[in-house]
Amino acid sequence: MASIEMNNIVKKYGDGFPAVNDVSLDIADGEFMILVGPSGCGKSTLLRMIVGLEDITSGDMVIGGKRVNDLAPRDRNLSMVFQNYALYPHMTVYENIAFPLRLSKTPDDEVRRRVTEASDVLELEEHLERKPANLSGGQRQRVAMGRAIVRQADAFLFDEPLSNLDAKLRGQMRTEISRLQRRLGITTVYVTHDQTEAMTLGDRVCVLRKGKIQQVASPRELYEQPVNLFVAGFIGSPPMNFLPATPEGNRLRTPFGEIELDEKRAAAVAGHDLLLVGIRPEYFDDASLVDEAKLPLGSTFRAKVDVTEWLGDSQYAYIPYDAPDSIRTQLRDLSKELDSEELRTQAIVSIDATSRIREGREAEFWLDSRKIHVFDPQSGENLTRDAEAGAELTRLATQDRMEQAEEARGRDTDARGGATAVGVG
Amino acid sequence: MRYLFRPPAADATGLLLLPWDQPLEEWDHDLLLDVPSRGISRHVVRFVAVEDRVYALKEIDERLARHEYALLAQFEGEGLPAVSVLGICVDRPDEQPAVLVTRYLEYSMSYRWLFSRPRGERSAEQLLDTMVVLLVRLHLAGVFWGDCSLSNTLFRLDAGTFAAYLVDAETVERHPSLSPGQRAYDVDLARERVGAELLDLQFGGLLPADIDPIEVADSLPPRYESLWEEVTREEVFRTDEQRYRVAERLQRLNDLGFDVGEVELKTTDGGTRLRVETRVAGPGHNRHELFRLAGLEVQERQAQRLLNDVRAFRAYLEQKSGSPVPETIAGHRWLAEVYQPVVDAIPEDLRGRLEPAEVFHEVLEHRWFLSEQAGRDVGTTKAARSYFDTVLPRTPQELTTPSVIAGRG
Repeated sequence: MASIEMNNIVKKYGDGFPAVNDVSLDIADGEFMILVGPSGCGKSTLLRMIVGLEDITSGDMVIGGKRVNDLAPRDRNLSMVFQNYALYPHMTVYENIAFPLRLSKTPDDEVRRRVTEASDVLELEEHLERKPANLSGGQRQRVAMGRAIVRQADAFLFDEPLSNLDAKLRGQMRTEISRLQRRLGITTVYVTHDQTEAMTLGDRVCVLRKGKIQQVASPRELYEQPVNLFVAGFIGSPPMNFLPATPEGNRLRTPFGEIELDEKRAAAVAGHDLLLVGIRPEYFDDASLVDEAKLPLGSTFRAKVDVTEWLGDSQYAYIPYDAPDSIRTQLRDLSKELDSEELRTQAIVSIDATSRIREGREAEFWLDSRKIHVFDPQSGENLTRDAEAGAELTRLATQDRMEQAEEARGRDTDARGGATAVGVG
Repeated sequence: MRYLFRPPAADATGLLLLPWDQPLEEWDHDLLLDVPSRGISRHVVRFVAVEDRVYALKEIDERLARHEYALLAQFEGEGLPAVSVLGICVDRPDEQPAVLVTRYLEYSMSYRWLFSRPRGERSAEQLLDTMVVLLVRLHLAGVFWGDCSLSNTLFRLDAGTFAAYLVDAETVERHPSLSPGQRAYDVDLARERVGAELLDLQFGGLLPADIDPIEVADSLPPRYESLWEEVTREEVFRTDEQRYRVAERLQRLNDLGFDVGEVELKTTDGGTRLRVETRVAGPGHNRHELFRLAGLEVQERQAQRLLNDVRAFRAYLEQKSGSPVPETIAGHRWLAEVYQPVVDAIPEDLRGRLEPAEVFHEVLEHRWFLSEQAGRDVGTTKAARSYFDTVLPRTPQELTTPSVIAGRG
C-alpha cells in the first residue's frame, strides 16, 4: 500500500493545450480519493498519468515515496479494477481469481493463501468451486475485484467503472466498492462524472475544472462550504439555487424578499453591487409547517408556485423568479459547463411531503438564512465561505477513516491468524 | 426506436423486419443462426441471416454502441483489419440497451477452434505472430485497443497463412499517436488475456498437451517488441550503401506484411538517416490488381497467388495464338475459363468450408504436388477433381461459413 503524491503536474498535448494544469494533490495511504468534474475537466487524464498511460509533461508523480514518471505501467504496481473483465467459462471461480498469479508462476500455497483471503473479503467462499456461468451480476463484478486483490497492488484505480451498468447494479456495486475499500484499507483513486458517486464513496473529493483543481475536501465540506460557484453548482442534487441579490446594509434584497446576514457575512459582501445568493433546496420549507422556534432564524416570503413534484417521502416546488440579463447569461454558461440541464431562473425548493402547497397558487415559504452562501458573480468566489468550519468537517472525515482503518486492521489480524493455523495444520 | 445504418444500407432493409423491440435473449430461435462459440463476450450476442448475408448483433450500452460504430466505420475507411459495421439500433423500448450490427466475417475462425485442433502446420506461434501484426498495425494507427485478446480477434486463412481481424472495439481509444505507456499497457493486457484464454481451454480439456499457456502468453511481449522495433526503427548507414540498404529495409517490411507510405532520407555527418513511415492499412497492391483484371475480391496473399495464375494463363494464350493478348482480356478469360469452373465444381456438401479463393489456392498447391509426382503438368481440372475427392473433405464440416448454411435453408 502506498500514498500517491502529485506535484505541479502538467499535461500538454501537441497543440499546447493543457489538459491538466499545475495539479498538486496528496492522496494518503489508504485514502479513497475521488476525481470528479464535467467532461473535459482532466480527471481521466490525471488518472492515466498515475497509471502510466499518459506521459507527464512536467511535475512529479510520486507513488509510495518513489518518483514514477518514467516507469512503465506494469512496474508501478497499481491495479485498474474492472477494466473490461472477462470471466473464463471452463475455470472455476477460484481459478478465475487466481489466474494472474498463475501467469506469474506464483507457488501454489501462496496462490491458495491469497485467493482464500480475497474470497473471504468478497464473500465468495461458497462459490469458489463453481463455474462462473451461474453467478449473478454482482458476484461477477466481485470476481473481477478478487483478481485485483490477489495481485497485492499498492493502489486500486477505477475509471468510471459503473457508467455502463444498469441503475440497480450500479447502486449495488457502489456499496460493494465502498465496503471493500474500507475493509482492505487500500489507497484508491476513483474517476467519475457522477456527483452522487463522488459524494457517497470518497473520503475526499477533488473537483476539477478545465484541468485545474477547484477544491479538495470531504464530501460534507464541499457541500456546506464550497469555494466557488462552480463547486457549489456541481455538488448537490437537485442543484443549489442561485438568485440575484443586492446588498443593503446587513440585508440582501432578492426576488424572494430580504434576507438578513450576520455581521461577519455582511462585512464580507460589502462593496458589491450585484451578487448571487446560493440556497440549497432543503434550506427552504413551507412556512406553515415550520416550527415557531425556528421561524426567526430565517425569513419568509410569498411566491407563486409553477409546478410541484410529490415523491412520497419528499416534495419539490418550482418557483420562477426574475433576474437581470447578465445573471441569466451567467447561469446559462454555468449550466453548460456543468453538463447539467439548464439552470433556469426558477428555484427548486424542497417542502415537507405533507405540505398542501398547490400548483398555480401563491404560498408562503420560509428559508433558513443561516446556511446561505453569497458569491461574487464575476469571479465566482464564495464570499461567505467559513474556511475553518470547512476544514473541521474534513478533519472529522479523516478521523472517521483512520478509526475505520484501525478496526479493519484488527479484523484482518484475527483473520490472518486463523488462516495461518489452517495452513500449518 | 431509431436505426442508424451506413451505406450501402440496401442490404440492411431486410433487417428492419426483425423484432428489435424485444431483448435479444428472447428472440425466436427460428430467426437466429447457430454459430459455434466464437469467444468470450460480456454481452448478449446473436447471429441472424438476412437474404443470405449473416450479421452479428450485440446488445450493448448506447454510449458504447455509438462509440464502437463510429470507430469501426473509421477503421474500414482506413483499411485497418476489423470487422465491418453496418449500424446500430437505439431508443429501444423499456430502456433496453442499444444493438450494434456488424457483418459476419465470412470464413473466419475463432481461436477456440484453431487452438483445440490437433497441431498441423498452423502452430500456436503462427497465430500469435498474426495477432502481434494486428496489434502493431493498430498501434501505428494510434489505436489503443484496451482489450486485446484472442476472443476479440478473428483469424482468416489467406493463401495458407493467417490474417487477423479486430472484432471488438468497445474499449478502443483513438489518439493521434500512442505513448510508450499506452503501448506497454496494451501489450501487458494482451499477454494476460491470451494466457487466461489458453488456461481456460486447458481447464476445459481443449488444449493440446504440447502447448503451455504461460509460455505462449509470455512470448507475446517480445514478439511485439521485435516487430515494433523492426517497423519503426530509424537506421543510419554510409551514403554509398544507401540504395541497397533502403531496398533491403523495404523488402523486409513487405515480407512482414507492411506497406511503406513514405521514405525519408536525411544526410548527416554520420551517414544517411533512414526513416520509413509504415502504412497502417494492410498491403493491398495485389488485391487491387486482381480486382482490376478479373473483378474478384479476395485477400492479399490469395490475390498474389491468383495473379500468378492469371499471368501464366496469359502467357499460354499468347503462345497458342502467337500474338499479344491484353492483360484485361486475359483476366476475364481466366475468370471464365479457369477460376469459375473450379469454384463451380466444388461439391455441394463441401461448399463453404473454405473461401472460394482459398480453395483455388489449395487446388493450385495440389496441382503442383500431383504434377511433381507424375513428372508432368496434370492440369487444373484434374487437380481440382482429385482435390475435391481427397483433400477438401478433410477440412472439418464445422468450418462451414454461416452464410452458406443459411443459403441451404
